[in-house]
Amino acid sequence: MALRMTQAPPAPQHKRPRPKVPVAAALTVVLVLLLVLGLIWGAGGFRKTRGKTVTLIGSTSVEPFAELLAENFDQGHSDISVEVQGGGSTAGIQALTSGLADIGMCSRSLSKEEQQTMTPIVIARDGLAVIVNESNPIDTLTEEQIRSLFAGDVTNWKQLGGSDSPVNLIMREEGSGTREAFMNLVMRGRETALRALVQESNGAVKELVRTDPAGVGYMSLGLVGTEVKAVKIKGVEATSENVRRGTYTLVRPFLFVVRRRVGEATSQGAAASTRANSPLAAAAGLTPQAKTLIEYVLSPPGQAVLESQGLVAAQ
Amino acid sequence: MRQDKIIQWILMGVALTAIGALALIAIFIFKEGLPLIFRVGFSDFFLSSQWRPGQGQFGIFPMIVGSLVVTAGAMVIGLVFGLGCAIVLTEFAPRRLATFVKPAIELLAGIPSVVYGFMGVVILVPIIRQYLGGPGLSMLAASIILGIMVLPTVTSISVDALRAVPRSYREGAIALGATRWQTTRMVVLKAARSGLVTAFILGMGRAVGETMAVIMVAGNSLALPRSILDSVRTLTSNIALEMGYATGEHRQALFATGVTLFIIIMILNSIALTVSRQRAQKVPKV
Repeated sequence: MALRMTQAPPAPQHKRPRPKVPVAAALTVVLVLLLVLGLIWGAGGFRKTRGKTVTLIGSTSVEPFAELLAENFDQGHSDISVEVQGGGSTAGIQALTSGLADIGMCSRSLSKEEQQTMTPIVIARDGLAVIVNESNPIDTLTEEQIRSLFAGDVTNWKQLGGSDSPVNLIMREEGSGTREAFMNLVMRGRETALRALVQESNGAVKELVRTDPAGVGYMSLGLVGTEVKAVKIKGVEATSENVRRGTYTLVRPFLFVVRRRVGEATSQGAAASTRANSPLAAAAGLTPQAKTLIEYVLSPPGQAVLESQGLVAAQ
Repeated sequence: MRQDKIIQWILMGVALTAIGALALIAIFIFKEGLPLIFRVGFSDFFLSSQWRPGQGQFGIFPMIVGSLVVTAGAMVIGLVFGLGCAIVLTEFAPRRLATFVKPAIELLAGIPSVVYGFMGVVILVPIIRQYLGGPGLSMLAASIILGIMVLPTVTSISVDALRAVPRSYREGAIALGATRWQTTRMVVLKAARSGLVTAFILGMGRAVGETMAVIMVAGNSLALPRSILDSVRTLTSNIALEMGYATGEHRQALFATGVTLFIIIMILNSIALTVSRQRAQKVPKV
């Protein structure tokens, strides 16, 4: 606009503005072409640098730990850059299948079908904490009590010996590994109440329980922190110590998932034995840098990083 | 002349891409979603309250209710405050105030929806939980947040519509002895009707389609809501929450959710348009 206004006054004849239209059009075309070329060139450049990148996609429970691992990994391997994205365990597996990710992050066990094409690598074990608000007088619950809470049988905290207030259930969305683990470990085939709120991440569940005196949810034990209260299961405190000892029962694996070599799909036993020898033996199409990253994560320094964050080492 | 023709063709092509995109989206959504609706059956899809994708149950009735109620709530808030603001700015407030307030309201449109959602979770939800009860994450919270989000759309289009009413109309009304408010109510609002309906439709479109902020404050539960303080999942939230990983039938069910959304928006738009047209035809007779 400004340009046209400054040019307009000196134009003496009426014919003059005419050629402007094609010029503007040509300019637009040129600009669009440049944009397209730029995009193509940029994408090409992206592909080139991708050789040095490892992309991890998946569980929001594993994500913060993977980011921490990536940071520590960077110090020794400045030539390899690690990209970590969330989205959920199942989304991670889909990203792995479609080739978007080099490694999928997963916070539940793989299904039989998934094991046909993918190899799980256990990087750590994590407790599943059932969390309530700090002001909630209830300290310990049994698995059955938790089950009846989330199935909707118990609707008031009074029924469990708490204060007289309705229970606000907080679930994770379908496709979440934490939800999957909770359904397997606690619900065991029972359906959860439809009225349960659904939140998209560990952080959102925690934020809600932190502010809601009547809320109850579940999340990764490693991420609980101090603002909410993790209830004891049958009197056993939810700590990484108890997970290691095996006394805390709600435990699920944290996995890095990689593609399996075609034709390697075998029975559980054979898979277990290859995993015991080298978790990477059955992996297919793994880039060298992805392999380096996995080796680092399984090495003592990598495991130490995870342990320092409240997880339990893979072994 | 030849240049004109060329430009015409180019512009025509550009214009057609928009329609083409719409057509492609519609075809794709319907192609993916319709088969599932037929397979599951109309009543089991639209009127059932059981959404359990794992067991092949895809009842979206609570989500339809949720979308409609949340949108209606948002439009009540958006209309009362947006239209009210527009009337004050054009008819009553000094012009200087309007030049300051209108851009300020339009600034609201630039705030990303995550920020609205975050404000909702941190400020609005605890207030609702504490003073009104329920889990806090509720239809009420979603309506209020959406109501604020549609304000810039409703206000700025309404202001433009009211300003477009010729000055002579107002002068005529005042000359006949009408007060300022009578002039506004009986002359200006009626003359600006089509513009106001546009404001309403665009605002409603934004409210029905908004996803991020609603996911954050509506709670996304699957039960049929019984009060405005209950949590609810809207159609858009359902798609966004589960699209990331859904496969097979479940994925088709999400596309079918999209089909439903598409149809609802079409119906709402045509209702709004017909209403405005009918009223517009009546005006000369009165």
